[in-house]
Amino acid sequence: MMYSEKVLDHFSNPRNVGEIENADGVGEIGNAKCGDIMKMYLKIDNGIITDAKFKTFGCGAAIATSSMATELIKGKSIDDALKLTNDAVVEALDGLPAVKIHCSVLAEQAVRSALSDYYTKQGIDPLPIVGEIKEPEE
Amino acid sequence: MEKRFIYADNAATTAVSEEVLNAMLPHFRTAYGNASSIYKLGRDAQRDVEEARDKVAKAIGAEPKEIFFTSCGSESDNWAIKGIAETMAKKGKKHIVTSVFEHHAVLHTCEYLAKHGFEITYVPVSDKGLVDPEDVKNAIREDTALVTIMYANNEIGTIQPIEEIAAVCHEKNVIFHTDAVQAVGHVEIDVKKQGIDMLSLSGHKIHAQKGIGVLYVRKGITLPNLIHGGAQERNKRAGTENVPAIVGLGVAIEAATRNISEKAAVIIPRRNRLIDGILQLPYTRLNGDREKRLPGNINISIEGIEGESLLLMLDQYGICASSGSACTSGSLDPSHVLLSIGLKHEVAHGSLRLSIEDDVTDEDVDYILEVVPKVVERLRSMSPVWEKMMNGEEVK
Repeated sequence: MMYSEKVLDHFSNPRNVGEIENADGVGEIGNAKCGDIMKMYLKIDNGIITDAKFKTFGCGAAIATSSMATELIKGKSIDDALKLTNDAVVEALDGLPAVKIHCSVLAEQAVRSALSDYYTKQGIDPLPIVGEIKEPEE
Repeated sequence: MEKRFIYADNAATTAVSEEVLNAMLPHFRTAYGNASSIYKLGRDAQRDVEEARDKVAKAIGAEPKEIFFTSCGSESDNWAIKGIAETMAKKGKKHIVTSVFEHHAVLHTCEYLAKHGFEITYVPVSDKGLVDPEDVKNAIREDTALVTIMYANNEIGTIQPIEEIAAVCHEKNVIFHTDAVQAVGHVEIDVKKQGIDMLSLSGHKIHAQKGIGVLYVRKGITLPNLIHGGAQERNKRAGTENVPAIVGLGVAIEAATRNISEKAAVIIPRRNRLIDGILQLPYTRLNGDREKRLPGNINISIEGIEGESLLLMLDQYGICASSGSACTSGSLDPSHVLLSIGLKHEVAHGSLRLSIEDDVTDEDVDYILEVVPKVVERLRSMSPVWEKMMNGEEVK
């Protein structure tokens, strides 16, 4: 299986690994049974994502897509983060093997899950804004 | 710590040995004759092919005319199983007994036959990864055409009670085939003494090249032709002989079976040191019976991490290893072998297989034992599963 240099770089030197204490939004997606879990932490000020961190249990692609997703949303507005697609993550990583595309979907959903948690904490129903969070199929 | 290169994946494939390569080389440019040709160049090729056949036969206690060269272990498995199925179906026997943790070359062949009117019984394996001959005995029916049970498991290295299984098959007059791809060269095999009717083996696991295999078929068993055409392989498998590969396999199997116990005496202490060293890490377990296992096989589950990322990190330290995680199997499910011995999915995802030979030195063992804990700690530190485990939360 061929990983791009970018994927290997983000796997070997993942950006934004860790947790944020008192994060404004925390999202978790996936399950250990399938072999991938992503947990994402966001710090949000005035609608801007000022910090993003992650913890991931999973393959090389799962770690690389988590790393890339946090990079892509840091400093962006919530609106921009909500527009993040798995395709954008794949593109930023110079592609993924076909069997690993589901990792990029998880990364996209992890971001949405964290934003959903942010709205819930604000007392706002996240559903109309963020939409349904798609859990991976078992 | 100086970076090393350690090849610890000999169950996947091996390097062609110098001895094998030297034996093969003349067959490309000078001794390149077609073994079916009448002139000396052809006759010489024929002689070399038959010499190799003798060597293979001798290595497993068979007769030369019971040895058929194929292109790989999978081909041998396919031929044995589908061939016997075809022959026996004519006698109304359309039932096959195998085990749950066979190689896919056997499992998928059985699944194929199941779609074509055969019934398959999959005997279970114990939590130590061993087949119980009693289970095989109980699975055999009046209409059983074949029993096929692997000699040694490719992932967890467990060695099956082949002689006992063969005995229960013969008690009931059923043909017994074994996929011995992982066993040849690592354990003593004598097909006559052990009662093996058919056996598959592969060249590239024992330092021959990729693309050469063998099916041993006991005299008296009739297999239909696999490839129709010329008269090669006693009319059973047409196609010009791959003379360099066959010659190489002859040399390789002779070398591999020459000093099995001496090699094991060197490898087993190193294997045990690796097992004990890695088991020092918390939340780890050895997969497969500790004693009844191949000399060079180490298979350990490391909870809280996923296998593919472990392999990628080990690769950065120059260590070549393997795993049973879903991500290395190309599906969402982890290895069927690890599930068959009762591992939960999340534990099976985090397995590490090392398969060493005597070229992995004591210093290499030290290096692996230094690197693995480091890499595991790094992956666990970024794993939400590990975090949950440490917080005593349930892992789903």
